[in-house]
Amino acid sequence: MSVEAHEVIPIPMPREESIPQAARRKLSSPWASGLVIFITLLWTIPTFGLLVTSLRPKDQAQSSGWWTAFTDPVFTLSNYAEVLTGGQTIPGGITPYFFNSFAIALPAAIFPLVVATMAAYALAWIPFRGATFVFFGIFALQVIPLQMSLLPLLQMFNLGWSIGPIPIFPDLNQAGSNQSIFYGTYIPLWIAHTMFALPLAIFLLHNFIRQLPRELFEAARVDGASHFLIFRKLVLPLTVPAIASFAIFQFLWVWNDLLVALTFAGGTPDVAPITAYLANIKGTYGAQLHLITAGAFIAIVVPLIVFFSLQRFFVRGLLAGSVKG
Amino acid sequence: MTAMKRRRGAALLAGGIAATMLLAACGGSSDEAASDSAGGDTAAEETTETTETTEDAGAGDAVAAGCEAYADMMGNEGSTVTLFTSILPPEQQLFEQAWADFESCTGIDIVYEGSDQFEAQLPTRIAGGNAPDIAFIPQPGLLAKLVESGGPVAAPASVSANVDSYWNPAWKAYGTVGDTFYAAPLGSNMKSFVWYSPKYFAEWGIEVPTTWDEMFAAADAIAAAGVKPFCGGIESGGATGWPATDWLEQIVLRTQGGEVYDKWVAGEVKFDSPEIKGAMDVLQGWMKNPDYANGGFGDVQTIATTAFQDAGGPILNGECAMLQQASFYANFWENFQPGTTIAEDGDVFAFYLPEVDAAVAPNPVVGGGEFVTAFADRPEVQAVQTYLSSPEFATSKAALGTWVSANSGVPLDTYANPIDRLSAEFLTNPDGTFRFDASDLMPAAVGAGAEWTEMTAWFAEDKPTDEVLKAIDAAWPAS
Repeated sequence: MSVEAHEVIPIPMPREESIPQAARRKLSSPWASGLVIFITLLWTIPTFGLLVTSLRPKDQAQSSGWWTAFTDPVFTLSNYAEVLTGGQTIPGGITPYFFNSFAIALPAAIFPLVVATMAAYALAWIPFRGATFVFFGIFALQVIPLQMSLLPLLQMFNLGWSIGPIPIFPDLNQAGSNQSIFYGTYIPLWIAHTMFALPLAIFLLHNFIRQLPRELFEAARVDGASHFLIFRKLVLPLTVPAIASFAIFQFLWVWNDLLVALTFAGGTPDVAPITAYLANIKGTYGAQLHLITAGAFIAIVVPLIVFFSLQRFFVRGLLAGSVKG
Repeated sequence: MTAMKRRRGAALLAGGIAATMLLAACGGSSDEAASDSAGGDTAAEETTETTETTEDAGAGDAVAAGCEAYADMMGNEGSTVTLFTSILPPEQQLFEQAWADFESCTGIDIVYEGSDQFEAQLPTRIAGGNAPDIAFIPQPGLLAKLVESGGPVAAPASVSANVDSYWNPAWKAYGTVGDTFYAAPLGSNMKSFVWYSPKYFAEWGIEVPTTWDEMFAAADAIAAAGVKPFCGGIESGGATGWPATDWLEQIVLRTQGGEVYDKWVAGEVKFDSPEIKGAMDVLQGWMKNPDYANGGFGDVQTIATTAFQDAGGPILNGECAMLQQASFYANFWENFQPGTTIAEDGDVFAFYLPEVDAAVAPNPVVGGGEFVTAFADRPEVQAVQTYLSSPEFATSKAALGTWVSANSGVPLDTYANPIDRLSAEFLTNPDGTFRFDASDLMPAAVGAGAEWTEMTAWFAEDKPTDEVLKAIDAAWPAS
């Protein structure tokens, strides 16, 4: 296939290489390095405090600050054991919530990416009337805070939505009950997260895809490639940095979300994410500081893995989407 | 070129139509699913499968025995009732334990969901068409607001009958909006307590006071011995000031009676009225009296800067004699001194804050509690409501500890903890004057706003009483 030949063409933008280089040159002065190290330490202190607290026994964690652990070091892993296997406060432990978070965050990161990549390609390279208008419409949607759309969306899921007599979304409530057929599933969450993610995703990916050289597409089209083939063989491989960086963003955002999850899925252990666990582990009588911190560290592990495994795309992807509109 | 563009446009249009049809097809299938569940199979069955298995397990060994109490609530096997509350674990497990028998006998599965965002989430869910079947609402004010905007369903006659026969009539009034009775009370807490140390009382040769005058005579005697008799702390982060509002409420109810108290809550009696000003003067001579307070901490001003959690500490080492605080303060003594025993002959105990004048308000009690509000009238929901208002549930829950019901059907010896028993004794008194915590009933701008900050200023800056009361009145929302 002739299209494959074009993959050899060095597409990456030459300017991109120089930005990190310039930055490195400027930041390599000893003063700047010192400052960076200082800021890094400063920023790490709260997290470090969390870590120390999570390793301290209950009564100490509650009665004294984490820094006192250095003069009077007593450490234990029992907090982690209690969070993982379940204790008095939440007997089921963190595991079901951990699984829920995955079940929510993975599809909620993949769905918007699939839709947004296709939409971004269409808006960038398929000329049709009103493309600019549609693009700016989507762009403008970013202005709407998701908190404002929570209630209407919830109503739509539960009560249906119609404009006059025309039903746009069916009434999904089970007869005689307050629960829609979505109750106890992740589906409304996936839909909601996808919807909230689309404007930014389309905007970022559009800007990236738009920068790909026109010649590439013209050559592919001359060779008789369809839009779908171009999308699959050209756009997707070249867009990986942008896709990866947005995937990180979206995954972290969904992983850390509490509001959307509580609103659309509720706080029961069969659907609630890990953030709901963290919010409830403190219990009726207030702070179970030792458990919250241990739970938080377990919750952090996944975002860290995701970030470090996709990190090499991250800086490139961020710059790529933003430099040129 | 333009022709090509048009063709492309057409292709796009065709794609768009295809997509629309796909969406429509999806919509169709979910429609079917909806009608399926309306018919009462597939989806509904899936959610209740787990219930049925537990029910079967129960059916195996003990259906007849032990299930007699639930005879009226039978016939709802395999149904699910969702419950939403602000009560978090580990209390959750105690609730689930308490109604486990009910669940296995009736086959109703109660799905518990607790959230610390309860007050914000509940109205959202109701407006979003996603209301829980039952919610435990801790403020009568929130109940009234919800009724106004629609959602709560009137309680069935069985619940109403239970409340009539087991609760002080004041409780039913708090579950009623307009003329309709909506919500039966669930748990209760008792705020009219004074904590003291039996050991030091014995050392000072002081009897536990049973009248208002005796309490102050005791205070004078302790003060003469060189110990400031009362301690208090009203610092509580964003809610700083609330313990001071409780003190004022105790005095208003005791010196002015229930009727004035109700009018005060409704805004008909202003803060800047002779009645409330009189109560403030009593408080001035009590907690703001430099001879009496703030034991173990310093002068009167320290009341404003001492955390309410810390206020009781000096009682254990005899630097302070008495602390007016609610029954839940029992949970804090462990923090001061591990192994503290709470009993009449232990390290610390509480006596009932005495009445001032039996003619004005006999056995006055200020307290709080949750109200079981339903948002659906399916038979299984009403069965759960009836059960939760029954003495069987209250007894079963009370036996698990650290929980008090004002349900007089609970035998007092069910309460293992002496403080709980004492609370129940006063809460279930049919001749008592029970009133709900006023600051929880007033508009939030006052009860969770101006009253807190102004009472704090009253202690911290010695702001004149007149100015304090006028400022609170000014915060009362118009209309």
